[in-house]
Amino acid sequence: MDKKTSLHDIHVALGGRMESFAGYIMPIKYSSVKEEHNAVRNNVGVFDLSHMGEFRVKGPDAGRFLDFILTNDSDVPPGKAFYSTMCYPDGGIVDDLIVYHIGTNEYLMVVNASNIEKDWAWVNSHTAGYSIELTNESDETALVAIQGPDAQKVAAKLTDADLDEIDYYAHVMGTFAGKIALIARTGYTGEDGFEIYIKSEDAPDVWAAVMEAGDEFGIKPVGLGARDTLRLEVGYVLYGSDIDHTTTPIEAKLGWVVKLKTDKDFIGREVMSRQKRDKPARYIVGLKVTGKGFPRHGAELYDGDRKVGIVTSGSLAPALGHGVCLAIVERGFHKSGTDLEAEVRGRRVPVSTVKLPFYKDGSRK
Amino acid sequence: MASIPEELHYTETHEWVKSLGGGEYMMGLTDYAQDQMGEIVMVEFPALEEFAAGDVFGSLEAVKTAEDFYAPFDGKIVRVNETLEDEPALINEDAYGKGWLIVVSTDDSSGFDKLKTAAEYATFIGE
Repeated sequence: MDKKTSLHDIHVALGGRMESFAGYIMPIKYSSVKEEHNAVRNNVGVFDLSHMGEFRVKGPDAGRFLDFILTNDSDVPPGKAFYSTMCYPDGGIVDDLIVYHIGTNEYLMVVNASNIEKDWAWVNSHTAGYSIELTNESDETALVAIQGPDAQKVAAKLTDADLDEIDYYAHVMGTFAGKIALIARTGYTGEDGFEIYIKSEDAPDVWAAVMEAGDEFGIKPVGLGARDTLRLEVGYVLYGSDIDHTTTPIEAKLGWVVKLKTDKDFIGREVMSRQKRDKPARYIVGLKVTGKGFPRHGAELYDGDRKVGIVTSGSLAPALGHGVCLAIVERGFHKSGTDLEAEVRGRRVPVSTVKLPFYKDGSRK
Repeated sequence: MASIPEELHYTETHEWVKSLGGGEYMMGLTDYAQDQMGEIVMVEFPALEEFAAGDVFGSLEAVKTAEDFYAPFDGKIVRVNETLEDEPALINEDAYGKGWLIVVSTDDSSGFDKLKTAAEYATFIGE
């Protein structure tokens, strides 16, 4: 039985198409994926992301614990956040996540909904020897994201917090629409925007306030369909589609979240260190569809008769007007400008590797 | 509520079929199906001229998904709606009119007679 977020009835009232996603019943779209996508690119959109998981890590060893289980460095000041992968000893990815450094010895990990149970078991299996307290706050926490070039104008109407003081990947505790909130300048769209973490029971009031404040900017509710096209257009990987336990951060070109330059030990370090030195056998790349057709997740990639990779995400890029894919390809075929063919229903569709992001004009700070 | 015109016949794969007389039939995608798919951004028509019931006729690409459409009975392709190659969104805008997909001919009308009525299709999609 799928869980409902505290905004479920609002989504239904807004005409959202509700579908099962990662154990939750979530809005896929309200009007159309394209319209919602364009609202975020050009103005502002609001998302219910309450399905995401939140784990709080507290205690004198919180930073040291995170350093061991995560590939990125926990050494950011309170009030800042970092993106990281969490890996198995063989380098495969358990999950990718954002970690907010809340205060001294306190962090909030935000994980993918589809991985909450797996991640919770994983982090709890590594606590021995660390003086920490872990709490799974996923069910009590709601997340409302306001994304788009006008996001700050909307958010500013609902909080006394000085939003200009919140840089990209920074956050404050404050009140938002009269509720206690973690206000963060983070997102998954390539646009400027805020993610507002609140108590589940406060979400309906916060959502209503955001819709009202955003009315003058043409705010639209945005479903998971456009969330996917928005992230793909800026080349952000999605766990379960582009990355999983079989891919490493080095293959995913996420080497920038692997702290190999420090001497800190962490799970998977050995494999990643070797991969970085020897170069991995394959890479995740961006593909521009140059022919007619839309290669989707699972489409095979060919150089002549030789299979050299597989598409991991594919869609029309609404802001660009052509198809784009993320794909995993053999090293040697990963360089920008490499022409390949994707097999789509028995037909070959020409594609070409390009530098990410596909969409370069986002308002992200 | 999806629009389900009374005078058309329907398939379980969400095509509508209209008899044009003389053994010719026009087909398209139902309003329900176009709404489920969202904005259609590309239409691929069949390369084949003759087909059997259940053959893949072509495909429709939406922003996020792709769906094949299927031959409802044995027959031949008479013409396709070439306008859709430039304006695939006509399927969303006018599913039963300007968004028609294909005209086919058949010698045997029994396949057409077996298709669902509007009422049966409404029940099938739960409306």
